[in-house]
Amino acid sequence: MSLLPWIPVATLVGALLALVAGARSAAAARVVALLTALFGAVAAGAAAARFAPSNELVTLVDLPWITQLGIRYHLAVDGISLSLVVLTALAATSGVLFSWTVAERVGEFFALYLTLVAGVYGVFLSADAFLFFVFYEIAIVPKYFLVAGWGSTRREYGAMKLVLYSFAGSALVLAGLVWTYGAGGAEGFSFGALTEAASRMSYGENVAAFGLVFFGFATLAGLFPLHTWAPTGHVAAPTAASMLLAGVVMKLGAYGCLRIALPFYPVGFAAWQLVIGWLAVAGIVYAGLVALVQRDFKFVIGYSSVSHMGFVMLGLATGEIEALAGATLQMFSHGVIAGLLFGVVGRMVYEREHTRDLVELEARPMHRRLPGAAAVFVLAGLASMGLPGFSGFPAELKILVGAWNFHPIWAVAAAVGVLVAGAFTLRVMQRAFFGQFGAAGAEPGEGGERLTLPEKLGAGLLLGATILIGLKPDLLLDWIVPALQSPAFHFAATNVVP
Amino acid sequence: MSIDYALLFRVLLPEALLTATALLVIGVDLVWGSGRSRGSRLQMAVGAGLLGVGVAALVIWQDGAQGSVWAGNLRVDLLAVAVRLGVLGLTGLSLLGLTGSRVSDQPAEYVALALLATVGFLQMAVAQNLLLAFLALELASLSLYVLAGYDRSRPESAEAALKYFLQGGVSAALLLFGFSLLYGMTGRIDLTGISMALAAHADGSLSAVAVGMVLAAFGFKAAVAPFHPWAPDVYQGAPPMSAALIASAAKLAGLAFFWRIFWSGLGPLAATAPLTGGAGGGWVPVLAAMCAVSLLLGNLVALAQVSIRRLLAYSAIGHAGALGLGLLSAGEVGPGPLFYYAATYGLATVGTFACLALLDRAGDGDRIEDLAGLRRRSPLLAACLAVFVLSLAGIPPLAGFFGKFVVFAAAFRIDGLSHPAGWVALLAIAMSAVALYYYLILLKQAWIAEDVRVRGPIEVPPAAALGVVLAAGLLIVLGAFPSLLLGRF
Repeated sequence: MSLLPWIPVATLVGALLALVAGARSAAAARVVALLTALFGAVAAGAAAARFAPSNELVTLVDLPWITQLGIRYHLAVDGISLSLVVLTALAATSGVLFSWTVAERVGEFFALYLTLVAGVYGVFLSADAFLFFVFYEIAIVPKYFLVAGWGSTRREYGAMKLVLYSFAGSALVLAGLVWTYGAGGAEGFSFGALTEAASRMSYGENVAAFGLVFFGFATLAGLFPLHTWAPTGHVAAPTAASMLLAGVVMKLGAYGCLRIALPFYPVGFAAWQLVIGWLAVAGIVYAGLVALVQRDFKFVIGYSSVSHMGFVMLGLATGEIEALAGATLQMFSHGVIAGLLFGVVGRMVYEREHTRDLVELEARPMHRRLPGAAAVFVLAGLASMGLPGFSGFPAELKILVGAWNFHPIWAVAAAVGVLVAGAFTLRVMQRAFFGQFGAAGAEPGEGGERLTLPEKLGAGLLLGATILIGLKPDLLLDWIVPALQSPAFHFAATNVVP
Repeated sequence: MSIDYALLFRVLLPEALLTATALLVIGVDLVWGSGRSRGSRLQMAVGAGLLGVGVAALVIWQDGAQGSVWAGNLRVDLLAVAVRLGVLGLTGLSLLGLTGSRVSDQPAEYVALALLATVGFLQMAVAQNLLLAFLALELASLSLYVLAGYDRSRPESAEAALKYFLQGGVSAALLLFGFSLLYGMTGRIDLTGISMALAAHADGSLSAVAVGMVLAAFGFKAAVAPFHPWAPDVYQGAPPMSAALIASAAKLAGLAFFWRIFWSGLGPLAATAPLTGGAGGGWVPVLAAMCAVSLLLGNLVALAQVSIRRLLAYSAIGHAGALGLGLLSAGEVGPGPLFYYAATYGLATVGTFACLALLDRAGDGDRIEDLAGLRRRSPLLAACLAVFVLSLAGIPPLAGFFGKFVVFAAAFRIDGLSHPAGWVALLAIAMSAVALYYYLILLKQAWIAEDVRVRGPIEVPPAAALGVVLAAGLLIVLGAFPSLLLGRF
């Protein structure tokens, strides 16, 4: 019936085909990659069109896999995962479009890229913690080769840092989950079995296991102070990879927190809740301030990602349904916007101007040289600032309201973060594109060129998504909120505001 | 007591076949080989060796588990069958890898020795009494000492053999000493009898000495700290496929061997207190401590290596810590996880060494930078090497990941963090993140770094190519469907 369960496998097959095709011709590899990404988009779109929101995971496929340990190949979907699958489809497709100009080892590039995408799809669709973890790790190693092989600025350092942080995070998750499995005497790795096993652990064990799993995932989500890999890694990454890494892969971490850490260990969550909230707030403000003083265009975007992911973590920290819905919406929203911003910096500006230095860009009449890029960036910047009409607005608003209800100081501090985000976005917008605005004799000069068709398509896709959700957030919230009403997310009731 | 000699013959048929093959290889080489090129002599020897290994495997596969044989001196259970098949498979892959190595001047003798070592491994998997066990171990070890020093053109090879021999000799002496103490205490040489006698009555300090001796021998065989120092020199100095055999088949057989000694024989001393004279302890905490030291030392020292093979040796010391953890938890969950880990680890190791043998034959050095440009020089080798190294690093969906996973799950199953195994498992998981660094350094050279020198493509003989592709394929298939192996227990 549905094509949804086939996406991870089909994407892996696409990766292999891209590798084979790439040995013959670069163009063939690109086409294969685009078709594979489009398959994901069509399958996700078809599933979305027919999706009936419910408050439980709807099983897509459930096969016995490693029977000795009760592990099953179990894919399932609910409103939360479907939102993120749609996000992945959008980001993956536009990522391929933005990498149309990759010229070196094209087959290998797209093979790694699609393997990463397959892992991401798999994580969002998994309903077995072991399977979840396998896909999660499949998404880690390709990042190293993508960044080290096709990246820029200190790429080998950035790649290694990025991958070691991700892997160390996943090691924490593995430790926590396997410990829970062993100590709690779980029969398998289904979400239900592990939740039950966690409830059999003592209070101290539960708190410790939650800490391992949550902070393991939070490393990938860029929670302060575990975020330092993100700006370095994303700056070093090639355009499509940074779009995907910041746009989608960071969401794997947040999704892991939401889907696994919180529901499995409600007791541990209650113990850590305040810490998480403060760290999230600190990240929002700190990363925003750091973004404010960057000289490298891409670093501004890198730090802004960390700041925006802080909102997701803040939403999670409250543990209340409205804020969790906001956090999920923010995952989608930031995924689209970060993809767009990285696309503008990496593909539209850097590949044409060969610099990302804001001082150098400021001296060039960029609004005349790259009017298309300027237009896209202005729109994306407005979205990133959280202006009404774009998807960031309803998401951050919901999170702020939730934070206010839980701990008013968080909301106040996060609101300061929103102001800082406005400041650094306007600053970078002015410096990068409008440095010579109104200056006498600002001629475009040599090298300015129009946006190519793939760029327009990719940018259009992402801009359309952020505006659509900004104007009608209920499109996603009608999926997300029922899913959050599942008993799995009822841990909020057990929490008491200290 | 009547002995079913027909059954005994049947059980020992694989060993007999391999011994006959070994003699045949030498004989044919003597008669047919004189005046022929070393290459064709090698091909004959490897062909005959593979045939012998194949037929032996077929016999084992056909007969399956037969329980206790020869008045309980041999035990052919599911583990024995699995280990014997695994050992034969690893030996077969090593022989295939041999076709891609630099040819020594006496290829037939090399193959014959490898087959004799394999006979020892096969016996190690079934021996159920101390005398047979020791004989099997010595047969395997003596063959391996010679194999380690087989390359007479390089002094490193002789050095490796000497170090391996000296430390192996000491550890064999310790093992024998430990065995004789056990015999003295219990009056028995069969493991079941020893176990029963120890359960009834164990002299604390005497059994502590005996267990300590056995632990030291295990540490040597599996390269667990602090009995590991031979490993880096042997890995680096020995001919690649000798090192492969030492690091894979010998380890698999050794783990099965010590699994029997520790759990079937010394099981009563696992948690009781022979080592501390009364309170707490047993060999389990000591082994856990050895594993922890091994994990730390192996993985941290590996970070500083410049030689690929020394790096692999230290990574093997790290892996030995995890394998020891599997041995620890085998009392609780059975030997399935331990076997899965050891077998798939062996596959990845043989594959890696086969790749290194091909590089060595092409005249490349052993430094990590020498891998640079491998992607251009041989895409096949680069791809297979990536599979092996990522499997060693424990990246899903490769078998190395599941091996670690199932061992850790077993370790936590014993009693969560209330048991030392749980803490060692935590340490092992943390160290896997450290290990990823040096594994990625290898792959970075092979896949990303450009070669500063201009070196031609690497020639890969078809048989060697078959070997590495087979090993890589198995790692992928067994990783994606671990039940294929786990379901056998």
